[in-house]
Amino acid sequence: MKKKWYDYLWIVSLIYLILGFFNILFAWLGLLCFFIPLYIAVTKSTKDYCGYYCGRGQLFSLLGGKFGLSRKKDIPDWMKSKAFRYGFLIFFFIMFFVMLFNTYLVFSNAQDLKQVITILWTFKVPWSFAYQGTLLHPGVAQFAFGFYSVMLTSTILGLITMILFKPRSWCVYCPMGTMTQFICKLKNK
Amino acid sequence: MTKIRKNRKAVVNQGDCVACGCCIKVCVLKAIKVEKGLFAKVDEDKCVGCGLCARECPASVIEIKEVE
Ligand code: SF4
Ligand code: SF4
Ligand code: SF4
Repeated sequence: MKKKWYDYLWIVSLIYLILGFFNILFAWLGLLCFFIPLYIAVTKSTKDYCGYYCGRGQLFSLLGGKFGLSRKKDIPDWMKSKAFRYGFLIFFFIMFFVMLFNTYLVFSNAQDLKQVITILWTFKVPWSFAYQGTLLHPGVAQFAFGFYSVMLTSTILGLITMILFKPRSWCVYCPMGTMTQFICKLKNK
Repeated sequence: MTKIRKNRKAVVNQGDCVACGCCIKVCVLKAIKVEKGLFAKVDEDKCVGCGLCARECPASVIEIKEVE
């Protein structure tokens, strides 16, 4: 099959992850992975983002497929249940709002900037090597640290389930995937 | 006289499909699509039951079945 331009978006996802090790402010670009799928779901009522454009999904299928880093086993039933998928979506959002609140605290000068990346919502990793200061408010950097934590955490979870199960197992419980399917359900009633 | 031909086709358990679209690009015949972001749908005229989509589907909700 002939490859289209959007079959190479995995490169963008990979570059995004790498940039976070050099300058954390690039993390802001990750908002595109939030707004583009939502925009497509709301305006077109489709999940074409998942089906054609998502670079993260492509990256997992490449690593798990061509590079053979996946056992290619079936995902357990509970992981594809609606309870788990929607439960994870809600958990993800709560943690997202906690992150936004921490950003707000820095913006309102109630808290100092913390140059750490929080992995799996638990482990704090010093990340000051990727921060050279900003001309803007430190809150801008706080959001970048927080957002990159979200992106890195989901990548790590995705890699774990890629290895254990099928390459794109992350897509089964990906909050963006669940949310866009939910929007499509509402809109295509 | 009608001859009964057994064919293999992909069948999606649409209730459990997460509409991730992982199956779309692996099908060389473009026989599977995600309808309205809800679930995958197989075009029975195009599908030859090769099973590529079933192997790719991360939720394992595609089965290759014999149909008449
Ligand atoms: S489910 Fe998530 S990771 Fe998978 S294609 Fe959709 S947005 Fe990308
Ligand atoms: S890969 Fe499986 S879960 Fe994803 S859209 Fe296709 S049939 Fe549905
Ligand atoms: S079984 Fe083969 S031909 Fe049929 S939809 Fe799946 S990939 Fe396409």
